[in-house]
Amino acid sequence: MGLPPAPTGRLSERGPAPDAAAARAKAARTRRLGMRTIALGYLALLLLAPVVMIFYRTFEHGIGPVWSTVTTPNAQHAFWLSLEIVAIAVPLNTVFGIGMALLLERGRFWGKALLGMLIDLPFAISPVVVGLSLVLVYGNTGWLGDWLAEHGIQVIFSLPGMVIATAVVSLPFVVRETMPVLRELGIDAEQAAETLGASAWQTFRRVTLPGIRWGVVYGVVLTTARALGEFGAVSIVSGRIEGQTQTLPLYVQARYENFDPTGAYTAAVVLALLALGTLLAMNLLARRTRRRIPV
Amino acid sequence: MAIEVRNVSKRFDDFVALEDVSITVGDGALTALLGPSGSGKSTLLRIIAGLETPDSGEVVIGGEDVTHAPARMRGVGFVFQHYAPFKHMTVHDNVAFGLSVRKRPKDEINERVKELLALVRLEGLAGRYPSQLSGGQLQRMALARALAVQPKVLLLDEPFGALDAQVRAELREWLRRLHEEIHVTTIFVTHDQEEAMDVAEQIVVMNAGRIEQAGTPRELYESPSNEFVMSFIGPVNRLGDAFLRPHDIQILPDSDSTGTEALVERVVHLGFEVRVELKLHDGRDVWAQVTRENAQQLELREGQILSVRLPAPRVFTP
Repeated sequence: MGLPPAPTGRLSERGPAPDAAAARAKAARTRRLGMRTIALGYLALLLLAPVVMIFYRTFEHGIGPVWSTVTTPNAQHAFWLSLEIVAIAVPLNTVFGIGMALLLERGRFWGKALLGMLIDLPFAISPVVVGLSLVLVYGNTGWLGDWLAEHGIQVIFSLPGMVIATAVVSLPFVVRETMPVLRELGIDAEQAAETLGASAWQTFRRVTLPGIRWGVVYGVVLTTARALGEFGAVSIVSGRIEGQTQTLPLYVQARYENFDPTGAYTAAVVLALLALGTLLAMNLLARRTRRRIPV
Repeated sequence: MAIEVRNVSKRFDDFVALEDVSITVGDGALTALLGPSGSGKSTLLRIIAGLETPDSGEVVIGGEDVTHAPARMRGVGFVFQHYAPFKHMTVHDNVAFGLSVRKRPKDEINERVKELLALVRLEGLAGRYPSQLSGGQLQRMALARALAVQPKVLLLDEPFGALDAQVRAELREWLRRLHEEIHVTTIFVTHDQEEAMDVAEQIVVMNAGRIEQAGTPRELYESPSNEFVMSFIGPVNRLGDAFLRPHDIQILPDSDSTGTEALVERVVHLGFEVRVELKLHDGRDVWAQVTRENAQQLELREGQILSVRLPAPRVFTP
């Protein structure tokens, strides 16, 4: 089953006259350079300059003030609280997101289009409104308030409420990132696994999940970034109690309003580093696997 | 094991994919489901595999009614049209999949995979990923994967459809020999009559969700039971309601003028076969198939007027 040898003729030697070609190449280079300058300039103004400014302002007076901020109990508490919320909300949304993506992509049922629209709602609604509506349901005077109070469960002004708020605002990411890869994967491989004797769970674990993992990972990264940075909804449901329900973004705002810019900048830098770390981790993971499995 | 499909019907919304279809495939047979696209042949194959459920009717494999059994309990090996490889697994892991979900011991799996890769001639490629294989290699990997679980029946959906002509011919030959070797009951779907005639012992001709005729390649060619089978299997001339095979049209030597007068419009040399396009004296067009030798003897050329003998035409009454 040998393939014919690849043509070895050097096509470049038969190109147009060198002068005209050089001029065209130069024009193309100039065009490319112009496009790049615009793109980079836009990014620099909107993204790079503000971030650099934050870093600069944070370390303006050396490491001393930064260290004393980082080690205050309130800052420490805010840091760990933010991580705790992420550690609960992100896995919840990952499991939910994969399940929902499967349902929306593979299922056939009435109201599917409506459900698909509903999933996107958290993107469309302002987080503040999300927070307020959660209070209306879970708050003391809310719809489920009496029942929750009877059972001694406090949702608003405590961790459960903040987790719920974070989960709601970052809900669509995993679903939306997973659906297209699920569609691209198709159902052939899953059906092949089925005919080979795999149970539904084995098929999911060994065929579907590895097939969609990059969509899921990307969704998880976006969810994590969004959950870390969430301000509006959490701000409403948490009550912003220092040292108790104050997350890192809330801490940034509180410091800023209390005329402690260094505290605000420092916390902002920590937030930025966390997000950066998440992105970096994903990239490293992706690169390592891609090198192993050529796709 | 023998496969029996009894009175199966299936519709997708308004489209009738299968209508009251029954077939019997003997133990160890190599059968082709042949028909144009949309004839229901793939749907029938998927129903046998358990990948679709029939609206009515039964599927019996090896004497056991499996109509309501899930695909994974049926003991079928299925080779998909585009092979459906597990892209994130090596060739070895692809082939091992069926055994490893059954939690067989590692040594046994490795040994079996080695055997199968030798059978499909992919020994050296166990560590490759599907994206590093050619179409023909993927096809053979898919086959090894399906055979790994020792299926009772092997089902192949357009197994050669996506391959180029040369690889196709080789794999055809190879599948036939493989079948002689392992003798598992095999059904494959194809839209290519030549492929069906070449590979299968038995052909089931399908059209518009129904079975037109089932039989050996020779039976179908020599005594087609209707117009569709006649014109789908082998070349055909159509004269009103009547059908003639081009090789049954006899071109007579100059000295013989007992036949029908005809004008040679075109002579096409296709190697051993020569295709002669003729206009009969009553204005009807037919073409005849003669051998190269015969054409030379008759000194055929365009514009020539000669005499032909037409066979008794076949007429099908609906």
